[in-house]
Amino acid sequence: MTIRDKKVIYGLYNDEQDLLKAVKVAKGAHMDILDVFSPFPVHGLDPLLELEESRLHIAGFIYGMIGALTAFLGMTWIFTKDWPIIFGGKPYWSVPAFIPITFETMVLFASIGMVVTFYTVCGLGPGVTNPTLDDRLTDDKFAIAFDASHVDAGDVESFFAKTGAAEVNTKIL
Amino acid sequence: MSAPVSPIRTPLVEGHKSYHDITNDLVGATERAPSKTWLIAFAISLTVLGFGVFCILWTVWHGIGSWNLNRTIGWGWDITNFVWWIGIGHAGTLISAILLLFRQKWRTGVNRAAEAMTIFAVMCAGLFPLIHMGRIWMAMFIFPYPNTRGPLWPNFNSPLLWDVFAISTYFTVSLLFWYTGLVPDFATVRDRAKGFRRKVYNFLSFGWTGSAKHWQRWEALSLVLAGIATPLVLSVHTIVSFDFATSVIPGWHTTIFPPYFVAGAIFSGFAMVQTLMIITRKILGLQEYITLEHIESMNKVIVATGMIVGVAYLTELFISWYSGYIYEQFAFFNRALGPYYWSYFGMMFCNVVSPLFFFSKKLRRNIPFTFFMSILINIGMWFERFVIIATTLARDYLPSSWSFYVPSWVEIGIYVGTFGLFFTLYLLFVRVAPVVAIAEIKSILKTSGDQYVGPNAIHHDDHDDHGHGDDHGHEHDAHEEVHAVHSTPKSTAASATEAVTSSAAGSTTGTSAGYVQDDLTKIEGIGPKTEGALKDAGIFTFASLKNTDVQELQRILDKAEGNFMGNNPESWPTQANLAAEGLWDELEQLKDKLDGGKFA
Repeated sequence: MTIRDKKVIYGLYNDEQDLLKAVKVAKGAHMDILDVFSPFPVHGLDPLLELEESRLHIAGFIYGMIGALTAFLGMTWIFTKDWPIIFGGKPYWSVPAFIPITFETMVLFASIGMVVTFYTVCGLGPGVTNPTLDDRLTDDKFAIAFDASHVDAGDVESFFAKTGAAEVNTKIL
Repeated sequence: MSAPVSPIRTPLVEGHKSYHDITNDLVGATERAPSKTWLIAFAISLTVLGFGVFCILWTVWHGIGSWNLNRTIGWGWDITNFVWWIGIGHAGTLISAILLLFRQKWRTGVNRAAEAMTIFAVMCAGLFPLIHMGRIWMAMFIFPYPNTRGPLWPNFNSPLLWDVFAISTYFTVSLLFWYTGLVPDFATVRDRAKGFRRKVYNFLSFGWTGSAKHWQRWEALSLVLAGIATPLVLSVHTIVSFDFATSVIPGWHTTIFPPYFVAGAIFSGFAMVQTLMIITRKILGLQEYITLEHIESMNKVIVATGMIVGVAYLTELFISWYSGYIYEQFAFFNRALGPYYWSYFGMMFCNVVSPLFFFSKKLRRNIPFTFFMSILINIGMWFERFVIIATTLARDYLPSSWSFYVPSWVEIGIYVGTFGLFFTLYLLFVRVAPVVAIAEIKSILKTSGDQYVGPNAIHHDDHDDHGHGDDHGHEHDAHEEVHAVHSTPKSTAASATEAVTSSAAGSTTGTSAGYVQDDLTKIEGIGPKTEGALKDAGIFTFASLKNTDVQELQRILDKAEGNFMGNNPESWPTQANLAAEGLWDELEQLKDKLDGGKFA
């Protein structure tokens, strides 16, 4: 999710435990969190934010199947229809000999497909510049961001004060 | 994060690092101007690479005739080097994929560099089959594409073509895996940079923001990639071994090759990781991130895979004899006692005998020794491939075509040149990217940082979820006292008593290494086994033994593993009382009166 053209009010925390507690409080108060940023994956955050489980692995399975079928059916067509050749007296359609290439192509398709899907759905990629809230968010700070037009500024200020945010800032992305 | 962590677990990040310290330490290496050492090393690597390129051009211009291959010896140093490099390229994916699945946290310290090493080693490896084709400009013929020659397709039944698929897939997947891990770290570098540097890292970081959803997908991607890279890494060297195993050459035509090659690949790969890591951690000052614990863990992998390799060598020998097939028997006779006997025994010594030294914990944790061993293993694994390839081919079925193979200067030059390529790329990598995965180190800090676990742990009042119990203040005191005592080894018995009685109250100090300990075997009736049982129960000193009553001691012995029926602890507290006071003469007098620790 890329945030653009929004006025964002965000609080910075010094520790992931503080962040988790604050997210819990915000959820309890039914505050609409825009996004949470951290320098590393914080475990236990996804259920609090009610993020759905990623479906990348399903995509990966489909890409893998496409790869395996492409390789297997391709070799089958080439060696039985397009240009049949006998190698070492074995049948044209020698399935065991097709297994290694089928496997490798499956892995290749699955991994390339998943990586491309990952960058596409995240809106990332070579040459992409996404606006960031704070340079320290990839270093040692953790942020909870709210859309300033959706929340009451006073509520948010007191929420950050109560949950121990080190800094509170507003930024237009 | 709040999972209970055993306080005796060895820390993986030392130096009481904060998140900001980690960023500073790991990004710092890319921000400083290159050091003199780096410049010299880079200049040497580049020169060596230049010579390698010259030798490759020489080969392409004059043809494979510039190598000393002949009618029987169709594969020499080229394929030896190919298999050697591809083997080295197995450690990276093993560390990043298999150890991720096994949740081995120590992988975070070394995975980035090991994966980089993998990618560069595979590049070096891929070079050899390409130039071995002779007409390198026809290299695209190996790929199945609709061509104007029919279309004419490659032979999908050939292991050599499987190799093309396996290695190109392996290279691609390793590269994707590695780069996806690098993206958040490039963002960290970007956010500290200014001007042009910021633009460059902004491009490299793909616009990473650290959003919670992105992290979730990033972790899902890493896990699935690890899941499919695990069978991949095993398949690659299996297929490389098929190049040999599916042929009908004696000494090659064996079913043991796939597991034997995979174990050998992991063995040599870890040795190369050790070589590189020991130098890298020293030069970049990363001893707090790549600790002795990491080095020891890798040495354990080395000794395990080394023994698998050893078993494979001996199995091969046995089977050649047991097969009753004279050509097979001759192949092995020739390897061990033929004109290349030195390479066979070099291989046996380096790969089978020398790793056994790593059964000693002292040697596993000895850095100069580990470095020496890693070089030795790399040499041994090169010999293994040379033994399999060149010495076997040198004497085939027809004695009239037997010959002796020595590489030409061009072949040696290309091999040396691949080191130039490898180190040039590695040195560039060290300059451009954080050598240790920053985000991953941060994510294990709370469970593996030495301020949280291990003997130097300190208590954090603001994080009360580390299973420390309630009595914070008292426990903290206990730690400090233990440290005070520890720093003066010849402390008096009195202060040792204090330290131990107070630490006995805290639940977290019951570890052995680094704390005050007495030799309890000085007590009559306590042998090394009994001492172990007592220490397991938290009794480390005479002082604490003195304060434990006899029923309690009996209960400890009853509960302990092993048979302590013959031990009677009735006199131990009395003896320990004398020992704790340092009254050794009196203790001896008492012992004379005792009968095996019992009051006479």
